[in-house]
Amino acid sequence: MKLDAKIPDGPLPEKWSSHKFKMKLVNPANRRKYSVIVVGSGLAGGAAAASLAEQGYNVSCFCYQDSPRRAHSIAAQGGINAAKNYQNDGDSIHRLFYDTVKGGDYRSREANVYRLAEVSTDIIDQCVAQGVPFAREYGGLLANRSFGGAQVSRTFYARGQTGQQLLLGAYSALSKQIGLGKVKMYNRHEMLDLVMVDGHAKGIVARNMTTGEVTRHAADCVVLATGGYGNAFFLSTNAQGCNVTAAYRAHKRGAGFANPCFTQIHPTCIPVHGENQSKLALMSESLRNDGRIWAPKDPATAAKIRAGELDPNTVPEDERDYYLERKYPSFGNLAPRDISSRAAKELCDAGHGVASTGLGVYLDFRDAIQRDGKKAIEERYGNLFEMYQRITGDDPYSTPMMIFPAVHYTMGGLWVDYNLESTIPGLFVGGEANFSDHGANRLGASALMQGLADGYFVLPYTVGNYLGEQGIASAGTVTTEHSAFAEVEDAVESRIEKLMSIGGTQSPRSFHKRLGKIIWDECGMARSREGLEGAIQQIQALRKEFWSDLRVTGDADGLNPELERAGRVADFMEFGELMCRDALMREESCGGHFRVEYQTDDGEALRNDADYTYVSVWEYQGDDTEPALHKEPLIYENVALATRSYK
Amino acid sequence: MFAFSSFFKSTIGRKILMAKTGLILVLFVMGHMLGNLQIFLGAEVINAYAYKLHHVLPSPALWGIRLFLLVCVGVHVWMAVLLTLANRRARPERYAVNRVVQATYAARTMRMSGIILLAFIFFHLAHFTVRSVPGMEYNDPAVLSPNEVPLVKHGEPVLKDGEMVMTFNVNDMMVAGFQNVWVSGFYLIATGLLCLHLVHGVSSMFQTLGYRNTTWLPRLNLIARLYGWVVFLGFAIIPIAVLAGGLDFDPTGGVPQTHEAPAAH
Amino acid sequence: MKLNLRIWRQKSPLDKGRFEDYQLDDVSEDSSFLEMLDLLCEQLVAQGKEALAFDHDCREGICGMCSLTINGIPHGPEKETTTCQLHMRHFKDGETITIEPWRAKPLPVIKDLVVDRSPLDRIIQSGGFITARTGSAVEANAIPIAKQTGDTAMDAAACIGCGACVAACPNASAMLFTAAKVTHMNSLPQGKVEKDRRTLAMVSTMDGEGFCGCTNVGECEAVCPKGIALDMIAQLNRDYTSAQVKNFFEPVQ
Repeated sequence: MKLDAKIPDGPLPEKWSSHKFKMKLVNPANRRKYSVIVVGSGLAGGAAAASLAEQGYNVSCFCYQDSPRRAHSIAAQGGINAAKNYQNDGDSIHRLFYDTVKGGDYRSREANVYRLAEVSTDIIDQCVAQGVPFAREYGGLLANRSFGGAQVSRTFYARGQTGQQLLLGAYSALSKQIGLGKVKMYNRHEMLDLVMVDGHAKGIVARNMTTGEVTRHAADCVVLATGGYGNAFFLSTNAQGCNVTAAYRAHKRGAGFANPCFTQIHPTCIPVHGENQSKLALMSESLRNDGRIWAPKDPATAAKIRAGELDPNTVPEDERDYYLERKYPSFGNLAPRDISSRAAKELCDAGHGVASTGLGVYLDFRDAIQRDGKKAIEERYGNLFEMYQRITGDDPYSTPMMIFPAVHYTMGGLWVDYNLESTIPGLFVGGEANFSDHGANRLGASALMQGLADGYFVLPYTVGNYLGEQGIASAGTVTTEHSAFAEVEDAVESRIEKLMSIGGTQSPRSFHKRLGKIIWDECGMARSREGLEGAIQQIQALRKEFWSDLRVTGDADGLNPELERAGRVADFMEFGELMCRDALMREESCGGHFRVEYQTDDGEALRNDADYTYVSVWEYQGDDTEPALHKEPLIYENVALATRSYK
Repeated sequence: MFAFSSFFKSTIGRKILMAKTGLILVLFVMGHMLGNLQIFLGAEVINAYAYKLHHVLPSPALWGIRLFLLVCVGVHVWMAVLLTLANRRARPERYAVNRVVQATYAARTMRMSGIILLAFIFFHLAHFTVRSVPGMEYNDPAVLSPNEVPLVKHGEPVLKDGEMVMTFNVNDMMVAGFQNVWVSGFYLIATGLLCLHLVHGVSSMFQTLGYRNTTWLPRLNLIARLYGWVVFLGFAIIPIAVLAGGLDFDPTGGVPQTHEAPAAH
Repeated sequence: MKLNLRIWRQKSPLDKGRFEDYQLDDVSEDSSFLEMLDLLCEQLVAQGKEALAFDHDCREGICGMCSLTINGIPHGPEKETTTCQLHMRHFKDGETITIEPWRAKPLPVIKDLVVDRSPLDRIIQSGGFITARTGSAVEANAIPIAKQTGDTAMDAAACIGCGACVAACPNASAMLFTAAKVTHMNSLPQGKVEKDRRTLAMVSTMDGEGFCGCTNVGECEAVCPKGIALDMIAQLNRDYTSAQVKNFFEPVQ
């Protein structure tokens, strides 16, 4: 596997514009001869499909939901960053670039991040033009807020529904193209494999989830924008259908998978309530601006609270451990996501946890209510408090809120070069599905920015460049009649048949739950060599059990959610192992990856820049063969590596 | 690109036609009610009012207005039928459990109240306008006597070419009509349903024409409820007064007793 | 808690469908409604019976994928709450819960509780967009928009396209859905250029898909998980009338 990042020459700020100039163009009249497949209809996929269709290419777009408007980008609450400097607080492209590289704990590629910061301003223009109703000031100009501990106000937002509004913008652009016939939309279709012809990605095989039909789709190139793999943990803030199948299938066809162990655990989620929980609800990080996080100092007190024998409000001040304020006096309750999450876990592991499961800490607004009044708090967080009460039944005005960290985002993904092209020529990857911009930790309000940057402003150029390089003679030459499609279709069908015919006793969900527990325990917030090695063995054993004792009810020739889940869990099984391998290999702690062996004396992450300043890229070698590791060294020419400190 | 006829085929266009014809009928109903209430001012007043209605405009114009009102009713009903049929097609299957969250009784029963009202309008026209309901052919002096009385103005019979101008004996027709308990009963039910129809219809009309919002919704609902009740009471009080004996025949047509009884034409 | 469930099962669009009764014995009050159905599915699988098909995805009340008419009310009894955000503590121990799919001709059942909502997408495709080709946008602050206008647009744009309005409407009308999108875009200066075309096209598609008219009964507003108000429908009626008037004098392109 050759890893050529294709970073353009020249000074950082000029790389993208000079690269754009050097890229091949396709004559407008010729564009209609090309076709492009876009898998996924979220911010990256939807924006790319719409933009490519506007340029004149024939686009086929696939999503597993019943409408492209439902992609999980919709769930992002907080906002989207952009270096507009509307607030005149010293923001700039360079500062956004720098913050993102630093926030990513120096494990991202400079040139990509700089481009992201550069196009961030265009994103806001684009979205406003589409009618995205961003919050405004009375003067009619766009409002901003500071988010996730950033020192400048660069976050644009639309109430608590920024992701939804941005997605509806992309969806409306996509809908227009569907209406014009330039995009053929395939709803309720799940990509099950990638088809390669002469080493290039030339199509996919998908399953029509309504009819069960396995269908072939050919194109001149393929774009994957299929989101992250947080559901490997079973419980996460991801949507139920989020999965790694498309990305993992591409990986099995030869695409390198980068940094799979870089996962983000969000500190402020509602704790797990019981065995049958399916999903973790995220509470906006903004709550930490006023809430104080604590746990009982005495595990016996915590035990009493858990048993319901003690009202947390009666715990006296000196028996409360405001541990973030204690450990990180300068950042206090606003310590970054990875650090806050880990601190909560440590306390709960030591028996200080509250909530019935013992996995929860308090986010207490008592002091804020006393200081600012209930009305002020209601104005700031009313809708969040309502949501909390809806889910838990507790009133956060009178009982302290309980929170616990949950899997939220995955920084790792398919390896891509500067053009967002994977190691398979003609296979492009955008959004959360690729690894490129966030390094080992993502900053708040940056996911939306990256999805749209890839979809609107990067892929439409780089895909055109690829098609231009292939030449007009190649346009439309590969059809679904090619033998490669028959082979892949057979493989997909036989796999479905196999899943249906195991005839065991356990449901796909039960396997998913067990897999998730292994990964959460050993490859979650704190990882160790021993734990990871054990996890790999456990996952392998579970995988064997899966393939011998799975029960999928219903038929394959129609809508069958059990079959869909079975296929996704099968891929999570293999992928979970890869995550653990990556975490095992990376003998350092950085960003969301915390290896207990590599920490400072006071329990902080210990990065190893000398040995691990690279992207780990895994090459698939066979189902029962260890994958091969490749390294893309990360070269920092514009940012000096430093240790993050929040003390 | 969009044919203008699409307006009449679209659900919104049809609703707007219903709202606009509804508005005309709503106003007509109020006028009609105010006219009727003049019966309490004496036979000569209601009779003179009826005369004026028939003679202030030339006959073609009068027929024009009548036709216009009938067309309004027709369009209102026709659109309702078209929309109802389409509504049924759009929701062929019912829920096993039917629960209503906020739709009012009035809103849910517009079709029922409308159909009964339509039947009433036919009866009402046959009864008091055409006067051809069997046993109630008021144009026939054998049924209503006298069926013509002198027109009275300022307490004096109106003379034309030395002769008294005669007009139809509306007062006695109404009294005769409402002394029939069945007629009064149907009338009361119909005006009750009219009230129900208006309680939803008046506010709904603003919604359909695009002039209602969250601020004005409660206000318009209140206005509609008041309007409905006013119309109901205004109409209902007449048969009630007749049955209670508060209104009676006046064969003189309200001509002051100082005058000679008129000779029948 | 124990529950008796009466659930609509339908093998395919052509199947007639019927209710089936199930019992669940150990449901946590803290479970969400969909987690309760997950539990039922697990129970069915354990018994070797076919699991239930129902739509769901984000489970945080924003994607609009979940549906279900619960005891006669789309998205169940809690106000402004999607099915996925409805929790079992709102039900009584031993209660019988009837669960049906959205019922409307334009949204046919695919299987069990899953319906086909693609007509809603087609309404958007016919005009629910502001044409802004990628890269052609002007500077975002070049067009100031009054906060109030922005707020109105946001109120309308909060629609998640779940189709509950259609399901609740006795006429299977998609007016609230269409009106929300029309109001969102028509109220913004960026959207004014295509206002008449958009309104005429979307209403024409809406009617063409077989959704019927609004009788202003307000059930849509009552069940809307995002609290979209009837105001939007009034706005649509007004915009439609004005577009048709203009269309009469000079055909809208």
